[in-house]
Amino acid sequence: MASKRAVLAGAAALALLAGVLSLCVGAVALPPGELLAALSGRGEGTGAAIVLYVRLPRTAACMAAGAALAVAGAVIQTVLANPLASPNVIGVNAGAGAAVALCCAAAPTAVGLTPLAAFAGAFGSAMLVLAVAQRAGASRMTLILTGVALSSIFSAAVDLVVTLAPDALNGYTDFRVGGLGGVTMARVGPAAAVGALCLAGVLLLSNELDVLALGSETARSLGLRVGRTRVLLLALAAGLAGAAVSVAGLIGFVGLIVPHVARRFLGEESRPLVLGCALGGAALLTVCDTAARTLFAPYEIPVGVALSLGGGPFFIWLVLRQKGGRRR
Amino acid sequence: MIELCHISAGYDGRPVVEDVSFAFRPGEVTVLLGPNGCGKTTLLKTALGLLAPLAGQVLYDGAALQTLAPAEAARKAAYMPQNRYAPRIEARRMALHGRFPYLSFPRQYRAADYAAADAALEAAGAAELAGRMMDTLSGGQRQKVYLAMALAQEAPAILMDEPTTWLDPKHQLEVMATARRLAAGGRAVGLVSHELSLALRTADRVALLAGGKLAAWGSPEEVYRSGALEEAFGVKIGRFETEKGWQYYYL
Repeated sequence: MASKRAVLAGAAALALLAGVLSLCVGAVALPPGELLAALSGRGEGTGAAIVLYVRLPRTAACMAAGAALAVAGAVIQTVLANPLASPNVIGVNAGAGAAVALCCAAAPTAVGLTPLAAFAGAFGSAMLVLAVAQRAGASRMTLILTGVALSSIFSAAVDLVVTLAPDALNGYTDFRVGGLGGVTMARVGPAAAVGALCLAGVLLLSNELDVLALGSETARSLGLRVGRTRVLLLALAAGLAGAAVSVAGLIGFVGLIVPHVARRFLGEESRPLVLGCALGGAALLTVCDTAARTLFAPYEIPVGVALSLGGGPFFIWLVLRQKGGRRR
Repeated sequence: MIELCHISAGYDGRPVVEDVSFAFRPGEVTVLLGPNGCGKTTLLKTALGLLAPLAGQVLYDGAALQTLAPAEAARKAAYMPQNRYAPRIEARRMALHGRFPYLSFPRQYRAADYAAADAALEAAGAAELAGRMMDTLSGGQRQKVYLAMALAQEAPAILMDEPTTWLDPKHQLEVMATARRLAAGGRAVGLVSHELSLALRTADRVALLAGGKLAAWGSPEEVYRSGALEEAFGVKIGRFETEKGWQYYYL
């Protein structure tokens, strides 16, 4: 357990470091002293304004969305007993995206509603996948293919909304690939609240998650109400993925990469795994976003592009490695 | 005590076994014996509530199983599955999940649960495995940890599905000795097997399934003498007496 604590402490340090780095670097480099002053409300002038109105919302958004997507990925992989599943692969993100687009088109000023709409979209999508999984015997590839189909349907829905209401997603830059430019605290706040609630729910149900991971028969013999627990956990995962999508758009692969790396270091026990995923996801998205907006300055590439370039090959590697036997 | 009353069990409305009545009694090892595909596992799962019976009733201490909450049922009967999936968690954590049916708000295991899990590991002969990761254990070791999980459930009945499959002779004998020990401690022990000789010399009761029916039910002696065994398995079965009791063989 000591080593798990060490890994978690390391991940926390990494996330903190990524956050500080993300606040300091950019078109205007800010020394840590000035950063501290700005954060404590003693800063003045442009530097403080940049920190408070540009970088802080963005860093907070990165941390919250990264953590939410990674935890959602870990939960979905366990509930569906499928290591290839993650919120973007099985169409949960796309479902959230379609709902966000609809919500923005219907109620452009109600920013606080978007996480709720995103949750509804993500949950609907997750339930569709679960229904297909249970009916088709949950073969690994069936599930992924269902996700592919759902993703295309929901992406088409986003396109349709944007075609009919061109201004719907004006609050976002790069919604469809995922990006965090121009994010505001008004958008991050409600999403972070929904995400935090769902994270607390997942941590509260970590023993249920562990028992579910033993396979549905063993879980049932231990007195777990398997069907109900699956739906509940997928709802929490949908809340997390929805919160992330409502802030950052359709970012992929965080929910796939982070849980796999975290499992390697922390094992499969849910509580440390979920905490590790939250910290690791926050760190990964923050680092990637900082790199995406500084490496090619003065151009800024959407972080979703960077993640897809790295995450796509990772997914293929996983498919090759997982070929053959089922996990259980 | 787990009683099966006129149970028909199967999948998708199609029965595999019909009208089966017998009981797993406290203090006895009951072996569900029969050729491959005769419905032993199906019946065991029905007895555990993992499959709903197509007809008839399962009674736990006189109460109909479907009236019990899942956690309540899990405190009365523990299950050792045949498929022993090994996630990457510590063996001690695995044993601790046997305490899941006792978990209440705020959904954290208590000191008493940790103590029960450690005692169960000890009783299953897996104390030295406590800190090991499940996915690094051998088949026999995994089985001990699964047994520890079932023991941590502290249920008066324990049902095992093919507990000797894939094990070498020494481990098979160990499993059977454990079954005897648990029965001697007052538990109702049920196990599924198609290992004729091992089953006959371990069991207090044999429930022989064949042709979708309960072909015989009684002590090994009674079932052996009835001739139903030879008919069910389609082999010639003999026995000889040793200082350790009757040993059975087939030709």
